[in-house]
Amino acid sequence: MGEELATSHLGALAYDPAPESAAIARLHESYGIFVDGAFTDPAQHAQLLTLNPATGSGLAHVAMGSASDVDLAVASARRAFDTTWSRMRGAERAKYLFRIARLIQERARELAVVETLDNGKPIRESRDIDVPLAAAHFFYYAGWADKLEHAGFGAHPRPLGVAGQIIPWNFPLLMAAWKLAPALAAGNTCVLKPAETTPLSALVLAEILQQAELPPGVVNIVTGDGTTGAALVEHAGVDKIAFTGSTEVGRVIQRRANAAGKRVSLELGGKGANIVFEDAPIDEMIEGIVDGIFFNQGHVCCAGSRLLVQENVADEVLRRLLRRVDQLRVGDPLDKNTDVGAINSAEQLAKITELVETGEAEGATRHTSSCALPSEGFWFAPTVFSQVSSTQRIAREEIFGPVLSVLTFRTPDEAVAKANDTTYGLACGVWSEKGSRTLWVAERLRAGVVWANTYNRFDPASPFGGVKESGFGREGGRHGLEAYLDE
Amino acid sequence: MSERVGVAKTYKLVLNGAFVRSESGRVYEVLDHAGRFWANVAEASRKDVRDAVVAARAAQARWWSLSAYNRAQVIFRLAEMAEARRDELAEHVQRAEGRDAPAARECVARGIDRIVWYAGWADKLAQVLGGANAVAGPFFNFSLPTPSGVVAVICAQDSSFEAFVDAALAPLCAGNAVVALASEARPTPGLLLGEMSVTSDLPGGVLNVLSGRVGSVGASLASHEDVDGIDLDGAGDRAGELSVLAAGSIKRVRQPGTDFAANSTARLRSFVETATVWHTVGR
Repeated sequence: MGEELATSHLGALAYDPAPESAAIARLHESYGIFVDGAFTDPAQHAQLLTLNPATGSGLAHVAMGSASDVDLAVASARRAFDTTWSRMRGAERAKYLFRIARLIQERARELAVVETLDNGKPIRESRDIDVPLAAAHFFYYAGWADKLEHAGFGAHPRPLGVAGQIIPWNFPLLMAAWKLAPALAAGNTCVLKPAETTPLSALVLAEILQQAELPPGVVNIVTGDGTTGAALVEHAGVDKIAFTGSTEVGRVIQRRANAAGKRVSLELGGKGANIVFEDAPIDEMIEGIVDGIFFNQGHVCCAGSRLLVQENVADEVLRRLLRRVDQLRVGDPLDKNTDVGAINSAEQLAKITELVETGEAEGATRHTSSCALPSEGFWFAPTVFSQVSSTQRIAREEIFGPVLSVLTFRTPDEAVAKANDTTYGLACGVWSEKGSRTLWVAERLRAGVVWANTYNRFDPASPFGGVKESGFGREGGRHGLEAYLDE
Repeated sequence: MSERVGVAKTYKLVLNGAFVRSESGRVYEVLDHAGRFWANVAEASRKDVRDAVVAARAAQARWWSLSAYNRAQVIFRLAEMAEARRDELAEHVQRAEGRDAPAARECVARGIDRIVWYAGWADKLAQVLGGANAVAGPFFNFSLPTPSGVVAVICAQDSSFEAFVDAALAPLCAGNAVVALASEARPTPGLLLGEMSVTSDLPGGVLNVLSGRVGSVGASLASHEDVDGIDLDGAGDRAGELSVLAAGSIKRVRQPGTDFAANSTARLRSFVETATVWHTVGR
């Protein structure tokens, strides 16, 4: 039966298109910076064009924020911190955050379409994961705003001041929520710098902040590129820098923030190991591996990009895995049937392509999904490498794309050793029906998060963040408050 | 043109998500603070108490099976409902307690903010009251706060809304189902909140609100074998007698008159159990 299925025409089954309407996004032609509660033109009137990665065509123009725009935003945040937000009772701050959560829920469909257009991720994911989790994050931290003394970070916790927050393009709205919600709950004010290629959902969020009547200046949003982010990091009026992005940029940011005496938290890259023991429940495990690496096109810092399989089941797991990967539906991100969407940018596509080429050159065996790829836009077919060794670049470097490297191990000790053989330490998965061994392995993995018999689970109540060069500081849960509180 | 005649309202018990008269057919007169007739409210009987406890027991399982996030949202929804009927609640508090209008409005505002405060607790209790325990052996050991089950609340007699909210919402937020006896002489604000709970996605039976006599209803609740805990906030000088009855089935008892800070979790902790799990760790 298994073999028949593997060679059947399941992968070629025809689906009728089920596209969500792009018009729901209600995009404007251009957006300014959001400072002091209002959209204003950037000082130098420079703009960026943000693209739909699924077509390569332009969606909207956004401000290319300069150092003087950052300066205005920080001044606005400082004013709001001094005059309103830090003085407001936690119970009142809470009600603003609850409003934001409710407004995100109310405008969920619009936000999902905006996110999918700007990022390229499947609408199924933006609709069911990104947007609901963003709302949940505000809802959760709203509840902390008047309970800070119960969080375990001192009897009289105080906010840090103005937080400069720089977020990546892989989960644009969700990362904005992860940054803003705990900072605001703790009484800080914020200057948020969305990613260069995905600024739009943060700008819809700015409209939501207006609808919530959040006091002006409490949140300021300055779009732009790396220079905008650098201006924020360098700004003397910023007390804390929170960054999510690559380890390479994180290093630079930490250096500068340390030199300036700023508080800093970093959520950086990863090379997560998904460890499969011989007794793992196979159907759930195959789904979990696929979800672990192909969720969000693999643009996930905690992606399970290394599959470590116990040697005696490796052939069977690989066979089942390849069959499943071949059935992934790659294409129009707005189509509700799509599993894997577009690569976010030409730059990222080039990086993935380059690393995949080294995989072949270094002798790993490449398996590529037979799916057809659209002719316009940025696309990469789901790819699995077997016969990978720990020294190859595809086993060591973060690819940040739909590419899985499969390695094998024999004993639990070897699994732990191989999983930990990386400069990163963000997340790992363990698949086994034997709970005691899973916990034994989990205790020895040097990772901030370990998922057992599941992968890529996120919840506002659960802390997330890395060890080693995956960064420090936690987002989510009670622990997430610590990054924004002083004792 | 003659003046419009107002529509008078009949106050009923809030039981299992429905509004019912007492099965006994009994009512008692409620007077406003100036001693004028206000309403004939249902006088809950021993049978009404039993019905409420049956409903609460069934509802508790459903309530606790929801995610904590979902419970938080439902409690927050109750605050949204109460906010929309703020003026009505303030009129009732004013009329029941004899406060002036601004004081009554403030009292209601504090009560609604308290609902919001509790909404936020629903998904944080586990992090604050629970945790991993560093046992000396190859075990992963953790403790979680779980609800006691069905909690009876004898609500404060003087503070008809604010204290009602605090006493009824604390056990609810921890995952318990509640049978609340509103202030005997000032029951309408509590009954109103019960009405709002029916339109706030709270599963029927999670919050039951009774009006009646502290003596008889209190005794029925305190001696009921299927009630797991009782808050004697408004039991006054009957608290001793009721707490003795409560010992019959080893109920968790919260005695009246304990003053605590506004941000204290003392009331929240009153009807929470600690469930500890041991799991082996080994290759």
